[in-house]
Amino acid sequence: MVTTEATVLPDLEPPASRANRTSGANRPGRRSRVLITVARIAIVGFFALPIVFMLVSSLKPDLQIFADLGSWRAFAPVGEVSLDNYAGVFDRVPFWQFLANSVVISGVTVVLGILINSMAAFALARLRWRGRGFVLTLILATLIVPFETLALPLLWWVNKLPSLEANGFSLEFSQGWLNTYHVQIIPFIANAFSVYLFYQYFSSIPRELDEAARVDGAGWFAIYARVVMPLSGPAIATVAILTFLPAWNSYLWPLMVIQSEELRPVMIGLQYFFQLNVSWGQVMAYSSLITVPVVALFIAFQKSFINSIASSGVKG
Amino acid sequence: MTTHTVAPAQAEPAHPTSTSTRGRRRALKGERSAAAWMISPALVLFALFLLIPIALAFGLAFTDTRLISPRPGQFVGLENFAYLFSDPVFWASVRNTFLFAVVVVPVQAGSALLLALLVNAKVRGTTFFRTVYFLPVVTSMVVVSLLWRFMYQKDGLINQALSGLTGGLYSPIDWLNDPVWALPAIMFMSIWQGVAFHMVIWLAGLQTIPAERYEASEIDGANRLQQFRFVTWPGLRQTATLILVTITIASFSLFTQIAVMTQGGPLDSTTTVVYQAVRTGYQQLQTGLASAISLVFFVLVLIVSGIQRYLTRERS
Repeated sequence: MVTTEATVLPDLEPPASRANRTSGANRPGRRSRVLITVARIAIVGFFALPIVFMLVSSLKPDLQIFADLGSWRAFAPVGEVSLDNYAGVFDRVPFWQFLANSVVISGVTVVLGILINSMAAFALARLRWRGRGFVLTLILATLIVPFETLALPLLWWVNKLPSLEANGFSLEFSQGWLNTYHVQIIPFIANAFSVYLFYQYFSSIPRELDEAARVDGAGWFAIYARVVMPLSGPAIATVAILTFLPAWNSYLWPLMVIQSEELRPVMIGLQYFFQLNVSWGQVMAYSSLITVPVVALFIAFQKSFINSIASSGVKG
Repeated sequence: MTTHTVAPAQAEPAHPTSTSTRGRRRALKGERSAAAWMISPALVLFALFLLIPIALAFGLAFTDTRLISPRPGQFVGLENFAYLFSDPVFWASVRNTFLFAVVVVPVQAGSALLLALLVNAKVRGTTFFRTVYFLPVVTSMVVVSLLWRFMYQKDGLINQALSGLTGGLYSPIDWLNDPVWALPAIMFMSIWQGVAFHMVIWLAGLQTIPAERYEASEIDGANRLQQFRFVTWPGLRQTATLILVTITIASFSLFTQIAVMTQGGPLDSTTTVVYQAVRTGYQQLQTGLASAISLVFFVLVLIVSGIQRYLTRERS
């Protein structure tokens, strides 16, 4: 009886683990394999050529870039190739300052985001308290609110919030968060989607582990820090990546809240190059400088990147 | 763990004593206070940077509040909305936003599915192709917009390539300065940048379809199209809903491309709701009016995602 049930049930409701990793039709025949590969290679050109063009143009003087546009040379580092554009970028803007700002802003957002959202998810997924279901529903309901709808009221609001500033040896309150580091960080720490991802992951970790740790005398914070979090590597990686990309790429918000040069992130730095007398070679050099680190991270952690995007699509 | 420590606990259910219920109550209380500590930081941040701005959007929309002004805003009733609804530029922005979504949502979702099927085929090189297709996604939209602004110039790469391919029959279009072509050009670029993101989500959906279903359909003699229609597509319903909702919200939020490439021009042919909100609330400092735009935008997002959820709901 048991065995027949086991063979019938998976057909009705097969568990995800049984699904073939590369499920789909069976291995195609030789002719379709060739066709598929040809199509795939053609599409490589579509996606990669603009990026190759950017990298190659960053090495050429403007005249050369324009002269090469009409031929394959646009995509090849040939002719007058040099690093002059890069030197020009470093002359024109405090690049390292911008880069440090972006690294600090996205780094702190990622670390605090992991900490605060995972703690909230732990309380929602593994602790019993009244109102838990309501809070979870409320947080999930905010998922469809795009940041852009809130940006303008938020701009007015952060300008009213008090800031604590060190003035010599005394601390003083001043009004307004505009033009600070924290205005680029704090509003983006709590994130409904991160809470949701952690919540789902924590719910899949057996509760017996909590109980065993309780019997051993562990408190809830210890269970969170020493039992659940160490088992949640994939969820942490996913949240880190999905927090890092928008933080690194953010444009609308810093555009509105930052005036002084020394607080600007890299994306705003790009403005220096396209507003007045555009030097396209320098634009491409700066663009390459801020793109290459992310692309390198992506290639190094390719699997995690893809999995984190994919997990944003798998609903529970 | 030894049997000695377990023995008393086993005895408890038979003779519930007052000490054990007190202990249980204390444990529950500890659990509640741990939950409170762990969820509070996230709740405070959500309240400050999500709920209050939403409430502010509603409140400020009915006032003439300015971003920086010593005079507090006055209640003006529906004046902001009356102004907006009689403003042709606002209507242009609504029309462009819808036009963008109506084209980009189906085209991007559809091409992402085609790409996913192509990448999912069991042919060598899947990881390589997936990685290359994904490169534009990890490139920031600011960089992409600037790169394509250069490629779209009248003597730029795209026109040169098109006239090369057609043997000079094609007469160059000044893409971004032509009111007819500017928005389509931005649509094309946006799809180029974002399509692989949704390809990965489709891939995740494809991989939850169990291989057994394909095998069964093959035994039944289904061809590839029938397989797609009766096995693949029904298995992707949930994924489809999610993809439609996320692409729609993303295309409604269109801002960066406009700010970098056209500033709403030529002749308001590319201005969008979010771009208008930023121009009004940030450049012209009219927080009240910008909140009214945000509110209209918020309601649009709610209506459209509600309709989509209704249309793609599970029919069971």
